Amino acid sequence: MREEIIVRVGAKILTPFIIMFALYVHFHGDYSPGGGFQAGVILTAAFALLALVYGLAAVQRVLPPWFTRLCAALGVVIYGGVGVVTMMLGHNYLGYNALAPDPKYGQHYGILLVELGVLVTVFGVMASVFYLFAGRGRGES
Amino acid sequence: MSLDFFVSHYNYWVVIFLMMVGFYILISRGNLIKKIVGLNVFQTSVFMLYISMGKITGGTPPILVGDGHGGEAVEHVVYSNPLPHVLILTAIVVGIATTSVGLALAVRIKEAYGTLEEDEINRIEALVEASE
Amino acid sequence: MTAQLPILQIIVPLLAAPICAVLRHGRAAAWLAVLASWSALAIALALLGQVMAGGVVSYHIGDWVPPIGIEYRVDIVNAWVLVIVASMGAVVAPYSVKSVEHEIASRRIPLFYAAYLLCLSGLLGITITGDMFNVFVFLEISSLSAYALISLGRPRRALTAAYRYLIMGSVGATFIVIGIGLLYVMTGSLNMADLAELLPGVWDSRTVKVAYGFLGVGVCLKLALFPLHLWLPNAYAFAPSPVTAFMASTATKVAVYMLLRFFLSIFGAAFSFDVMALDRVLLPLALVAVVSMSLVAIFQVDVKRLLAYSSVAQIGYMILGLSFASVTGLTATLLHLFNHALMKGALFMALGCVVYRIGSVHIDAMAGLGKRMPWTMAAFVVGGLSLVGVPLTVGFISKWYLILGALEKGGPWTAVAVLVLATSVMALVYVWRVVEAAYLREFSGDETTGEAPLSLLAPTWVLVAANLYFGIDAVRTAGVARQAAEVLMAGIGS
Repeated sequence: MREEIIVRVGAKILTPFIIMFALYVHFHGDYSPGGGFQAGVILTAAFALLALVYGLAAVQRVLPPWFTRLCAALGVVIYGGVGVVTMMLGHNYLGYNALAPDPKYGQHYGILLVELGVLVTVFGVMASVFYLFAGRGRGES
Repeated sequence: MSLDFFVSHYNYWVVIFLMMVGFYILISRGNLIKKIVGLNVFQTSVFMLYISMGKITGGTPPILVGDGHGGEAVEHVVYSNPLPHVLILTAIVVGIATTSVGLALAVRIKEAYGTLEEDEINRIEALVEASE
Repeated sequence: MTAQLPILQIIVPLLAAPICAVLRHGRAAAWLAVLASWSALAIALALLGQVMAGGVVSYHIGDWVPPIGIEYRVDIVNAWVLVIVASMGAVVAPYSVKSVEHEIASRRIPLFYAAYLLCLSGLLGITITGDMFNVFVFLEISSLSAYALISLGRPRRALTAAYRYLIMGSVGATFIVIGIGLLYVMTGSLNMADLAELLPGVWDSRTVKVAYGFLGVGVCLKLALFPLHLWLPNAYAFAPSPVTAFMASTATKVAVYMLLRFFLSIFGAAFSFDVMALDRVLLPLALVAVVSMSLVAIFQVDVKRLLAYSSVAQIGYMILGLSFASVTGLTATLLHLFNHALMKGALFMALGCVVYRIGSVHIDAMAGLGKRMPWTMAAFVVGGLSLVGVPLTVGFISKWYLILGALEKGGPWTAVAVLVLATSVMALVYVWRVVEAAYLREFSGDETTGEAPLSLLAPTWVLVAANLYFGIDAVRTAGVARQAAEVLMAGIGS
C-alpha cells in the first residue's frame, strides 16, 4: 500500500480529524454519549491507520512502544490519583464534590479528570496491543 | 405459548439464539481462534440482553432535555434506563481484554507448538507425557 | 484515616501495580510488591479488628449513598476472607523475589509483579464489595491477571493451561453476568444488602430461579467444583511456583466466599436450602469430588499436579460443609478456607524450593531429597500431615468440625463422617508416596544440590509455623469462623 498516493494523502488528511474527534468524544463524555474509553479507542485508531499506510516503523518513531506502555500505567495512576486527592480533601474516595465549592462543577471536573485517566490508559493499552500483534513475527517484538 | 407472546419477546429469542450459537462454536470447534470467536458471540448475546432490558418503549435517550446550562430542563420525560447500558460498556471492555489476552495466548501457542488445532496440540502433549 | 480503610484495601495494591509495570528493575518492582501486599495485610487486620469491635463497616464510594452508589460493606464474613487473602498475598510476595528471578525471564519480572498485585487487588475487591456488578468487574481483574500469571510458567504447556482456564473462566464470568442481569431485571437493584431485602418478594418468579442457576454454575466453574474442575490441575501444575502457591491458597477461597455470599446472604439461607434444595445438589458433587479426586491424586507422578488434584478434593470438603446446611457445617467450611490456604500454601512453596534447586517436581527426581534439602522436605512433611488431618495441625481442626457437623445431623450422615475419615487415609497415601521418595530412596541427582536459600525457606516456614500454631490454638480462628457462620445462616436458626 506504500505506493498508493491517494491512500497516503487521505490517511494524512484524516488523522488530525480523527484525533480531534477523539477529544470531542472525551470532553462531551459527561453530558452526551461518549467518554474516555471511546475516545481512547478512536485515538488509537488514528495511529493504527497511519501504521497500516506508512508502516509500523514510521509510526513507532512518533509514538514509541515505551511511551504507550507508560501511558497505560499513567492513566490508572491519574484515575486513582483523583480519588486519593478527594480523600485528602476530607471526602470519600472519588467524592468529586471535594473538587469545587459548587457540587455541580465538582462533579464536572471530577468526571473529566477520571475520564482523562481512562482515555490515557485505553489509548496506551490499545496502542500497545496493536504494536505487539502487528510487530509479531517480523523480528520487531 | 401464543404467537403474540413469541413476537413481543423477540429480543430474548435473539439473545438465546446468539448465546447457543456462541456456545456451540466454543464447544465444537478445535481451532483456538475459532473458540475465541465463539466466546465473543456468546458474550455479545449477554450484551444484547442487558441493552434490550434497559430500553423502554417510546423512551428517549437518557440525555438531559433542555439546554442543560442553567436553563430549565424539561421534566417528566420517559427515558430509557441508562444503567444497564453503562454496565454493559464495562462488560464490553472486559470482553475486549479477554479477547486480546486469548489471542495473545493463541499467538504464543502457535509459536510454541506450530499449530492452533486443539487435537494436534493434545497429541503433541500426549507424546511428550509418554516420553517422560 | 480509619474511615477510609475499606477503599485503601483495594487502591494500595491497585495503584502499586501500574508503578510496578513501568519500573525497569525486577528487584525494585519486587520490593514495591512486598510493601504493597504487607500494607494490604495490615489494612485487612485493622478492618477485622474494626468489625469485631463495632459491627458492619460500610463505605460509600464517591459519597453516593447506597443503593444508588457503590458500597463497600465489610462484615465478619468478608473481613475473615480479606485476612486470608491478604495474608497469603503478604507471604507469597517476599517468597517470589528469588523464585521469580529463577523461573521467569528478567524483562518480564516487573510485569509479573504488576499482574500479581492486580490479581491480589481483584481478589480483595470481590471480597470487600457490596455491589453485584462490582463483583464481576473485580472477578475479571483477578482472572485476567491470573491467566497472564499462569502463562508465565516455563513449560510450554503453561500456555495451553492458561488458554483453557481463560475459556472456562470467561464462560463462568459470563454466566455470573447473566445471573446479575436477571436479578437486576427483577429488583432494579445491584446492591447486595438491598437485594437481600427485595428478593423475598419475588422468590416465586422463574426469572429469579434461573438467575440462581446461572450464578451457581458460574461460581462453581470459578471454584472448580467437581465436574467443572478441568481447568485447575494443569493451570496449577505448569504455572510458576509462587503463582501456584498464591492461586491455590486464594483464588478458589474467594470463589467459595462468592458462593456463600450470593446464596446465603443475598438469596438467603432459607431460599437456598428450602426452595432450591442447594444442599441436596451440592452434597453428591462434594462427595464425588472428595473421593474421585483423592483417588486420581494417588496416581500422579508430577507432585505439583498431585497437589492440584488434592486441591479439587479439598474444595469438595468446603462444599461438603456448606451442604450440611447447619452452623457447624458452615463453620467447618469457613475454617477450611483459612486452613487449606495455610497447608496448600506451605506445600506449594516447599515445591517451589525444590524447583529452585533441582528444576523438577517429578516424583523420581525428588528421590533422596530429604537429606539434601532437610528444611524444605520437613516443611513438606508438616504440610502433608496437615493435609491428612493429623492432630496438632490445622487440617485436624477442619476435619474435626466437618465430622462434628456430620454427626450432629445423625442418621445416614454418619456415613459422611466415615467417608471423611476414609478420604483422609487416601490423602495419607499420596502424601506418603512423596515422603517415601524423599526419605527412603537414594539421591541420584547432582552432588552439589543443597538447601534452598533463606529467602525462600523463611516464608515457607512462616506458613508451616502457622499450620502448627493454629492447629494447637484454634480458639480464635474457630471463634471467628463460627461467628461468621452464624451471620450467614441468620434467619434459619441453628
